[in-house]
Amino acid sequence: MRLSEVFRIAWEAIGKNKVRALLTMLGIIIGVAAVIVMISISAGTEATISDQITALGSNLIYISSSFSRMGPGMASSGGLIYDDATAIEEQISGVKGVVVEQDASETVKAGSVSLDAISVTGTSPDFLSVRSLTVSEGRFYTTDDVTNKKKVAVLGYDLATELFGTTDPIGQTILVSTTRVTVIGVLAEKGTVGEIDYDARLYAPISLVLQKFAQTPFSRIVGDQIRMIFVQVDDKANMDNVILQTQILLAKRHNVSLDSLDFTVTTQQDIIATQESTTAAFRSLLAWVAGVSLIVGGIGIMNIMLVSVTERTREIGIRQSIGATPADIRWQFLTEALLMSLVGGLIGAAVGIGGSWLFGTVSSMRTLIVPSSILLAFGSAAAVGAFFGFYPANRAAQLDPIDALRHE
Amino acid sequence: MTAAHTIIETIDLTKIYGMNGVSVTALENLSIHIEAGEFVAIMGPSGSGKSTLLNILGCLARPTSGKYILDGEDVSDLDKVQLALIRNLKLGYVFQSYNLLSNTTALRNVMLPLLYDRTHRVPPEKWQAMGEKVLEAVDLGDRMHHQPQEFSGGQQQRVAIARALINDPVVIIADEPTGNLDSRSGEEIMGLLDTFHKQGKTIVIVTHDPIVAAHTERTIHLRDGRIDTIVHNGNSHPVIRKETNYAAI
Repeated sequence: MRLSEVFRIAWEAIGKNKVRALLTMLGIIIGVAAVIVMISISAGTEATISDQITALGSNLIYISSSFSRMGPGMASSGGLIYDDATAIEEQISGVKGVVVEQDASETVKAGSVSLDAISVTGTSPDFLSVRSLTVSEGRFYTTDDVTNKKKVAVLGYDLATELFGTTDPIGQTILVSTTRVTVIGVLAEKGTVGEIDYDARLYAPISLVLQKFAQTPFSRIVGDQIRMIFVQVDDKANMDNVILQTQILLAKRHNVSLDSLDFTVTTQQDIIATQESTTAAFRSLLAWVAGVSLIVGGIGIMNIMLVSVTERTREIGIRQSIGATPADIRWQFLTEALLMSLVGGLIGAAVGIGGSWLFGTVSSMRTLIVPSSILLAFGSAAAVGAFFGFYPANRAAQLDPIDALRHE
Repeated sequence: MTAAHTIIETIDLTKIYGMNGVSVTALENLSIHIEAGEFVAIMGPSGSGKSTLLNILGCLARPTSGKYILDGEDVSDLDKVQLALIRNLKLGYVFQSYNLLSNTTALRNVMLPLLYDRTHRVPPEKWQAMGEKVLEAVDLGDRMHHQPQEFSGGQQQRVAIARALINDPVVIIADEPTGNLDSRSGEEIMGLLDTFHKQGKTIVIVTHDPIVAAHTERTIHLRDGRIDTIVHNGNSHPVIRKETNYAAI
């Protein structure tokens, strides 16, 4: 029988039971759509991460406190202190710049609006370029502001809107905890990156934050604690050298040995590797989920094809009596199963593409449709159809023509 | 078609059904002979083996022993696939319950045997014309695109006859073709078969209706899987006589 006829017969058979066919295809549709959506989510996440990493600039070293050192019975040092950053900048060669960061959480008031537990980030002016943030109104504070502990603040986009609404915030005075601070700038919208909502924060000179908001009992004894130091290295080739020098310097300053450091040093490479392994795990989990739903869809097709073979036993008998060979019958039913999964795959691909787009638009997650994922999903759907269609088709082919004709 | 050409010849045809260790002999050493152009009826009470014989003659089943020579070819030992090819190329069936595909137009139903013909005796571009031709031959030229459920029983059986004719079979095998029809439709169907017989078709018909059998030239009566009697239906040529009868209706 000609291929066009085989397809025509299969297509007509599906058309006779549209609702049933659609319900059967649903499993495949969901499976294929799931594969495409999930791959687009993980691809979007990866793209976001790589964008962030690129935006952070190159050759960065992150030094953060190991908080275990804060526990009882530990040395008197309080982890990283502000002076550590200065020491790194002054004593280590190959360092291009150093940025420090310390957070606090304070109540912020502007006129009648009062907001609790607002994150206050104290940092140096380089922070802006290191985190690739831009100022939309006014200005960011300068090195001068930091040196002089100026009572100035830059607001995140959302925070500015919440505090001032449509009023221009520049030049306004706000109350952070008990300190009066002048707003000098508002940042452009950035959104949430790596769990930090840049738009809901208040940024102030590190010196001001350390003095007014982030005082700890240790501050007087050992100096101002800071959460993190970013070191920008001048050349990629110097990375290892700078890391080693930093570790030696800080170990000496903190009075600890090199094998029990009270701080951790990570590089962008480490972060990339961690995030890549996270997304890889995420992606393979999603692939399994999608794969399982494809298999479930395949079983649905097998089930309905078995029903179909039973229902159409007489038709099979008629075809056999006028000369259909077992191979003809097998092909007919296999094509039907295949066609159902292919149509399901097609609908699933459309749903998947639409779903990815919708998900990317509605949620905060970024999605990126990967063309090869459509091909993969489609191919799996076809394979599922062929695999699960074979048994019912073979059963139809094995029917005895006399029994089949006698079937009511 | 010239005479003295044997279409169907069985030699000691035996069919034994074995179920749960009990074997039932449906046909026993049956030898029949049907010439080209003959119109033959097979009659017999239930259990006489006429259905079994029909299945074997129709290449739907194989004999347990003995030989079946169809159109000069021994088909007794062919496998499933070869039998399917023989059915497609050499046989045309008319069933009691029509056995048309539902939701499929008369034309598509009639074309079906051509679709399964892998020798492509009729090239695909001529299938439709061929289908139309045979439907016109059974007087359904104006209803080719209707589906079986829109037809009366008699019309459905005419579609079935058209389907049986399309592959130009060496023999048409009809199993109680009038069994589901009222007497008037039955007569119409028999009239059609008479017409095709007159045109030279070989027809074997299984029936328990003596009126149907009376249309044929020869009736083979079976009993207990053997030939009981063979009756020649009248001296005058039955086909010619029937034709005059139908003109009167």
